[in-house]
Amino acid sequence: MQSAGPIAGSRSFLSRLRDGDEIARLITFIFAASVVLITVLLVYELWTNSTLPRHKFGWHFFVTESWDPVMDEYGALPFVYGTLMTSAIALLIAIPLGIGASIFLAELAPPRISDTLQFFIDLLAAVPSVIYGLLGIFIIVPLMRTVIYPALNKPFGFLPIFKGPSYGVGFLTAGMVLAIMVIPYIISVSREVLLSVPRDQREAALALGSTRWESTWKVVVPFAKTGIMGSVFLALARALGETMAVTMVIGNTPKIAASLFAPGYSIAAVIANEFTEATGDLYLQSLIGLGLVLFLLTFILNGMARLLIVVTTQKGSGVAR
Amino acid sequence: MSARLRWRKFISNFMLTMTGVCAMASVAVLFFILGYLVFNGGASINWDFFTKLPKPVGENGGGMANAIVGSAKLLAAASLFGVPIGFFGGIYLAEFSGAKMAWVVRYAADLLNGVPSIVVGIFAYSIVVLPFKQLSTFPGAYALGLMMIPITLRSTEEFLNGVPRMLREGAMALGASKWKTIASVIVPAAYRGILTAILLALARVAGEAAPLLFTAFGNRYWSPGWNQPTASLPEMIFRYAGAPYEDWHRQAWAAGLVLLGFILIINILARTILARGIAMPRS
Repeated sequence: MQSAGPIAGSRSFLSRLRDGDEIARLITFIFAASVVLITVLLVYELWTNSTLPRHKFGWHFFVTESWDPVMDEYGALPFVYGTLMTSAIALLIAIPLGIGASIFLAELAPPRISDTLQFFIDLLAAVPSVIYGLLGIFIIVPLMRTVIYPALNKPFGFLPIFKGPSYGVGFLTAGMVLAIMVIPYIISVSREVLLSVPRDQREAALALGSTRWESTWKVVVPFAKTGIMGSVFLALARALGETMAVTMVIGNTPKIAASLFAPGYSIAAVIANEFTEATGDLYLQSLIGLGLVLFLLTFILNGMARLLIVVTTQKGSGVAR
Repeated sequence: MSARLRWRKFISNFMLTMTGVCAMASVAVLFFILGYLVFNGGASINWDFFTKLPKPVGENGGGMANAIVGSAKLLAAASLFGVPIGFFGGIYLAEFSGAKMAWVVRYAADLLNGVPSIVVGIFAYSIVVLPFKQLSTFPGAYALGLMMIPITLRSTEEFLNGVPRMLREGAMALGASKWKTIASVIVPAAYRGILTAILLALARVAGEAAPLLFTAFGNRYWSPGWNQPTASLPEMIFRYAGAPYEDWHRQAWAAGLVLLGFILIINILARTILARGIAMPRS
């Protein structure tokens, strides 16, 4: 748009330069381009700084169970297992709670109450990870040892997932802390998606004689399904990359155990704990390789989440018009 | 009323009540966290916490003055790096850019926004720590600043786009050049939203410990200047909570209370006063 002059097209480059428009464009362009540059550089650095393990271990990196800095042997399996396990536990807890809460906020609560509760949910999302870790160490870990472990181990101890001793720290503890951390993300996004479902969908269901819950569960939620899935992917991406809280309660033991009470390790946690101690190029580069894995996982999940959310909210507004 | 209808109504009421329980339980977590921190941290917070250095291992007392100053330094430097890039980049997107370039920049920013903070730490390590062979304030601030860019950029763009066309056209009709219009009309009209977003971004990185562990690292003493390892509150909480000393746990609670208080106050002020009536975009 060059509407500043009397006849826009006739203004020479020099006159626009004098006005400063070209300079302003150039300067802001440099800043915008630097965002792209930084992002490209981030991927490049992760890739080039993890060549050693890629060449030495290849895909075996992911199926090797031993992580042994003394022998200079590195396998990612225990960490991948721990990351996936804790995230799965987190989602199992967070999905029903989060979706339930978002249904309440979007469908049931009056706008005023819904907005107030959403405000608190937003604040909850702002609580830093170390604070969750702090509460995890001093509340959930003792709770696990004294209440949850006996309650599950006594009746269900024959199941491999509830077998064995408990130290308080472990997969289940980390999963629970993660669940609490990702619930706000699921609620916020799902609520927005549910709110974008057109009114007539609800009214049609109610007019056909369905109860309020039936119209919500059988009409509104299916309509918003893809968007809610998007919120779950978003939560999963956060859970996979979450570092501090998990590091503080997972037990930091590079072992694969079927028992949920056993201590484990996660990708982010091993990077956090061992990065400064990593002596030797292979050791350090293996850790950076783990970072690359984490980056790729979250990259894919975030991309899918965004796609799903955009598809649903557009579907909603499209019908409404 | 038939038995079937009664049953359906019962189910409806029951399930709707359950969703309410889910919502209350989620919100209750916030108050539980706050209450527990105030209870535990409030008892152990004192003047020493704000004014003294950490005591040597095994000695009780001392404070985290160095971590408070360290956090402030890190955040100031992070803002100096991250806010201009996000702000001017956002202006470019909203005012100058073509569709293709805008798509690329937005895509990069969204990608950056989703990168786990620990990976940002690795990046800062490999690009700032490795060449200079020194853990210091600078790479820590670089990592935090990086995490501020996407939020600042996207919200600057969004709020600038939200400024009514008439303002823009009015300024240009008066003969103002484009950048003058932007600087004196459009940005001032959108500044409350942008400032809110920047404050929220600042509050978010203020609680980050993961990217600092191997960049700013940590320090039990003051860190003069910018090129020495620097303590920060989140990093201190992490180390103190995991240590086997009772007195350190006490201080971790105090630090947690200070940190959370700072973050929540910024959030509440930004969202209620500054952004009254403005819908914040979600990151």
